[in-house]
Amino acid sequence: MRRYAVRRMASVVLALLGVSVLTFALGVLAPGEPAEVVLSRSLGQPPSDEQLEEMRRELGTDRPLVVQYFSWLGGAVRGDFGDSWLRGVRVQDALAERAPRTAALALAGAGLSLVIGIPIGVLAATRRNSVLDHVSRVGALFGASLPSFFIAYVLIYVFAVRFRALPVFGFGSAAHLVLPAVTLALGPAAVLARLTRSAVLEILGEDYVRTARAKGARARAVLFHHALRNALIPVVTVAGLSVGHLLGGSLIVEWVFAWPGMGDLAVSAIHDRDYPLVQGFVLFAAAVYLVVNLLVDLSYARLDPRVRVEGRRA
Amino acid sequence: MSTAAQEIAAWTAPSFGALRRLLRDPGARVGLVLVTLFLGLAVLGPIIAPQDPLEVTVERLEGPSARHLLGTDGLGRDVLSRILTGARLSLGTALLASVLVTAIGVVVGTLAGFYGGLLDRLLMRVVDVVLAVPGLALALAVTGLFDQSLTAVMLGLVTIWWAGYARVVRGLVLSIRERQFVEAARSAGVTESRIMLRHVLPNAVSPVIVLATLEIGQLILAVSGLTFLGLGAPPPTPEWGAMLNESRIYFLSDPHVVFIPGLTISLAVLGFNLLGDGIRDALDPHQAVPSRRQLARLRMLGRSRPASAAAGPPAVTGTRPSPDRAAG
Repeated sequence: MRRYAVRRMASVVLALLGVSVLTFALGVLAPGEPAEVVLSRSLGQPPSDEQLEEMRRELGTDRPLVVQYFSWLGGAVRGDFGDSWLRGVRVQDALAERAPRTAALALAGAGLSLVIGIPIGVLAATRRNSVLDHVSRVGALFGASLPSFFIAYVLIYVFAVRFRALPVFGFGSAAHLVLPAVTLALGPAAVLARLTRSAVLEILGEDYVRTARAKGARARAVLFHHALRNALIPVVTVAGLSVGHLLGGSLIVEWVFAWPGMGDLAVSAIHDRDYPLVQGFVLFAAAVYLVVNLLVDLSYARLDPRVRVEGRRA
Repeated sequence: MSTAAQEIAAWTAPSFGALRRLLRDPGARVGLVLVTLFLGLAVLGPIIAPQDPLEVTVERLEGPSARHLLGTDGLGRDVLSRILTGARLSLGTALLASVLVTAIGVVVGTLAGFYGGLLDRLLMRVVDVVLAVPGLALALAVTGLFDQSLTAVMLGLVTIWWAGYARVVRGLVLSIRERQFVEAARSAGVTESRIMLRHVLPNAVSPVIVLATLEIGQLILAVSGLTFLGLGAPPPTPEWGAMLNESRIYFLSDPHVVFIPGLTISLAVLGFNLLGDGIRDALDPHQAVPSRRQLARLRMLGRSRPASAAAGPPAVTGTRPSPDRAAG
């Protein structure tokens, strides 16, 4: 187990290094020279050559790219992503301010998707070809086909415009969380429902389930005690991964609902080409995603010994 | 390697039998009708549009009427004409992206799977890195590097999307090269490159086509997601996602300006998803298997749990979680 954990952690570090190169490249390729962008924004007029020279020295962009990369990476490792070009804040402060809001939204969305997806999946598997099974199949199809912004507007229309039951945009109370969280949850819930269904069906066909039935265990006991426990392992894995993903930023949903999280910030940063902020967001999102992924894998390996054995062989 | 790759490698080649199965499946029939309709619109849309999609009039925010079948938007432009003209932009961007992504994925996946060794490890490392970043965030950042255009959107999506294909194709190639006819060819003295081109690749064609069909819907979602966020299609471009973005401010008073483009995108995606599911089922030799199971497996293989790998790639819908959904 320990060897497996070390191997996995090493690979996460390697992947993060790769992501850091990718992210740094984004900044280099970004349109406009940093010194010029910063100066013309603060001066309101084209800067002189001397001012440009000075700003380049200050930003460090007069040094070779390799040097710049390592100094940027050194900062990033210590949690310093540099200054935003326009917002007069440090990137990490801007992200830290918004991270808890994105986390609240992501966790609410992920929790909801489990609460909706798993029971539907189990029922669809135990009552195969029932009305519920067909409805869930169609629901999953729609879940994979409707754009999240469209779902968002339909929900807004029904709950906020028609019934005036919930606030639409912004942030503040728990009620503000409902619509964005539901929007976020529906897609993953559809995937989880289908996944749970097929996992449960597969397990119900296993020998040990037949044995349990043969010795006269009640259907409910077989389902909950034997089948569900095993079926849920892959489901929980996928759910964990989607949490990591949602934490990385729910760009569209935050944008639609004017939810002041990291995704919303990243979209505005792209619009005004504030690349340090974009870089910080991409790197942070990837790091969160990789770490959550690592945790999911490690817990998976604890639950299922086959994983770590296979890991050793590979 | 993975069972999923073996399973899809076992899919039968396209045949009349498969076509008959496809046409018997009601879902696939609906998908076929929708896809034909939308492809027709992509070709003919700009020609049959009844009015100039860019013409601004004083008849603002009107509901559907005989003159404007789908009403008008905030600038008094005819919504139907904009939808029809936009079909070519929205679908064309997604289709072109799909072609590029498939091409890159096949080349990279084949090289990695067939030659193995250092090249394989190197390429798969890159794949892991790309898949480690939340898709839409990276696509957004890359799209922002270029001038506002749909080409930029396409490049942004290609940057993130090829990696999942490469991983699936690699799995396919690995499983095909273990089959007996490859061994037979090798023992007959056929050169490695010839084996790859004449024996391995042709057998990967049909699963790759299925994969590409299944992914077009997700690409349409991703394109409209990015343009909805205000990238790639500056006003007054009648691209569907951009139309939605431009009309957001009128939503509370006149919801139809948001619902019509939203519904159009949904129907297009639904059509491609239904057709993709249908083609997959029709080519699948194990018809008894619950129909979505393989897709679930494919997803697991494709991005959610690399068999031996490092950075686990994203999960959720589509092979790449549609960035729209993954991050959205």
